Amino acid sequence: MSQQSEERFMFDPKDRKLILSHIGVSFVAIFIGAIAGLLQGLQRTGYIELPASLEYYQLLTIHGVMMALIFTTFFIIGFLYAGVARTLGGSMHSGPRNTAWWGYYLMVIGTILAAIKILSNDASVLYTFYAPLQADPLFYIGMALVIVGSWLSGIAIFAAYGKWKRANKGEPSPLFAYMSVATMVLWLICTVGVAIEVVFQLIPWSLGWVDRINVELSRTLFWYFGHPLVYFWLLPAYIYWYVNVPKIIGGKIFSASLPRLTFVLFILYSIPVGFHHQLMEPGIAAFWKFLQVVLTMIVVIPSLMTAFSMLATFELAGREKGAKGRFGFFRKLPFHDARFFAAFVGMIIFIPAGAGGIVNASYQLDQVVHNTLWITGHFHLTVASTVALTFFAISYTLFPSLTGRKVTPFANRLGIAHTIIWALGMIFMSIPMHIVGLLGEPRRTAYTTYMDHPIVSTWAPYRTLMGIGSVFLFIGVLMFLYIAIYLWFFAPRTEEHVDFPIGEVRDTGHNPPAIYERWSVWVILTIILTLIAYTIPVMSMLQHSPPGSAGFRTW
Amino acid sequence: MIDHLPRLERIWLLLGTGSLVVFLIILGVMACGLGLNPPGHMHTIVPEQVKTTAPFDKPALTQIGPNEYKASMIAEAFAFTPGEIAIPRGAKVHFEITSPDVVHGLLIPNTNVNIMVVPGHVTEFEYTFKKSGDYAMLCHEYCGIGHHMMMGKLVVQ
Repeated sequence: MSQQSEERFMFDPKDRKLILSHIGVSFVAIFIGAIAGLLQGLQRTGYIELPASLEYYQLLTIHGVMMALIFTTFFIIGFLYAGVARTLGGSMHSGPRNTAWWGYYLMVIGTILAAIKILSNDASVLYTFYAPLQADPLFYIGMALVIVGSWLSGIAIFAAYGKWKRANKGEPSPLFAYMSVATMVLWLICTVGVAIEVVFQLIPWSLGWVDRINVELSRTLFWYFGHPLVYFWLLPAYIYWYVNVPKIIGGKIFSASLPRLTFVLFILYSIPVGFHHQLMEPGIAAFWKFLQVVLTMIVVIPSLMTAFSMLATFELAGREKGAKGRFGFFRKLPFHDARFFAAFVGMIIFIPAGAGGIVNASYQLDQVVHNTLWITGHFHLTVASTVALTFFAISYTLFPSLTGRKVTPFANRLGIAHTIIWALGMIFMSIPMHIVGLLGEPRRTAYTTYMDHPIVSTWAPYRTLMGIGSVFLFIGVLMFLYIAIYLWFFAPRTEEHVDFPIGEVRDTGHNPPAIYERWSVWVILTIILTLIAYTIPVMSMLQHSPPGSAGFRTW
Repeated sequence: MIDHLPRLERIWLLLGTGSLVVFLIILGVMACGLGLNPPGHMHTIVPEQVKTTAPFDKPALTQIGPNEYKASMIAEAFAFTPGEIAIPRGAKVHFEITSPDVVHGLLIPNTNVNIMVVPGHVTEFEYTFKKSGDYAMLCHEYCGIGHHMMMGKLVVQ
């Protein structure tokens, strides 16, 4: 493969600027999101009271939008550009790069519009913006711009990939590029749902062009997007695990085919599953809920495959270095290297996090946990631990190659410490969230004693722990940003270029089958599965719908 | 496509997939065999006319059989009507609930009552309260500034 012949790789300065611009926005978002997270975390657990000018639900909206939508999207796109440029001939090339910049500007403008309306308290509708809560039209327009901008990012990646494919006919594409395309295929298919919701339902309705909105349809369109959204967060973390981590630990990518199969399965099965977020609601017949529960379970399989591949990679790397015994390879792993350690802790946390996800999707079991703090605990283990820790590891890996500065032993130690603080914060926060959720505390609530109802007294100790966890996590974000800014602007420059480490595939004697690159096949199969899962229930929502709802501003 | 899978990975995936299948069969038997489905129903209503449409014009708990009740409820910003319900131990309650404004929820901790209330729709669910005690009826979907104060009481004697 061509990427292996490029010694002493260095990013094109134009790509560097593009990548850093995306990652820079993501850092601003995580900082704002963390401030909101700390304040609302301490308010809802009874540690502090907010000034009258600041509402809990406004902070919660800021936290959700900034962390779940803006931090993730900008960081992911920056990371994908880096890997695409690195593996597809060393550059994004000017055509795709221009498209990428357009996408960037649209997303930045959209983020600013939405942020203005959230800060002016005209959009305290949380990051799920469920109708008939009605935010200011500019909030929805901002969201629409973020989505459309991200589509241009996807198109830029497709264009860079297409250019490479034309120049390297018949060759399997580099794994990183393949996975980036797969991630963006998933993203473009799933964001169609939320785009229809925002552009055809929410914007005309909030502008007063139409009086009523089909609420159940809007929720269904949102969750058609909302579940693949979590895989859009997860897949870039998987890319780092599959492609970058083997190089960092001195091993090789276990297989060229299996990671591709994994990502294809994610495209196919992460989309027709949104009803598992709507199991408790009316307007969807039980059969369709159950069908999507079955499809949801299938999406567990590629994660099982990933777990196997990771351990296999670790074991092969360890044995190469002379590890003895069944588990001796573990001791050969570079736990002292923050680039590995942060991602490794993320992997470990994903084991209970994934198991919790299976519980949530389990039809009847969801009755015990739906909309309780259990769910909040779940996604703080998945996106805020597994994914976020991997993104921190990515930052430590990517910055030296972008800025020509090195991860000093000091920065590395700080990175290790930061990972531990983060994991402790999540243990203090997410485990109590799971427990108190089982005890019945609802999610998304400001501090409340429910008129001193006796049940609340059973929740009290867990609230205390959650508040402590949120302080740890805020310190964690500050430590991370300190390291990131240090690596960006202040760390000592290196003598030679630092490569962006891309793993080599272990020679298994097999090239990945060409079918993996036949994107039309996977897209058509995804559309067929989606039509099977959604056509009849959506038709029923259109035909047997109530007259719809007017907008409400209840905050 | 999967013929290059190492033997250990085949075993691993077989175990993983096998347990998912067993798990799904259990869920399926519970759903089809025992009729245990989450709340739902396809019945619709005009949100603005909730308070003039039976049975929500008189939201109340009514006895419909020996120790069997129907709770016709309205969830609106930021209260449940009726806000207090008292039933004897062992009572089976058929909840039917709707909203005239935004989306709400009805969660009764320590039970399996976990219902989404979507305007325009009536959600139905039945539950038998086998243990006596003071239960709380809580709104568990964000509905506005008073969301965390939206509650009712349910007493099982």
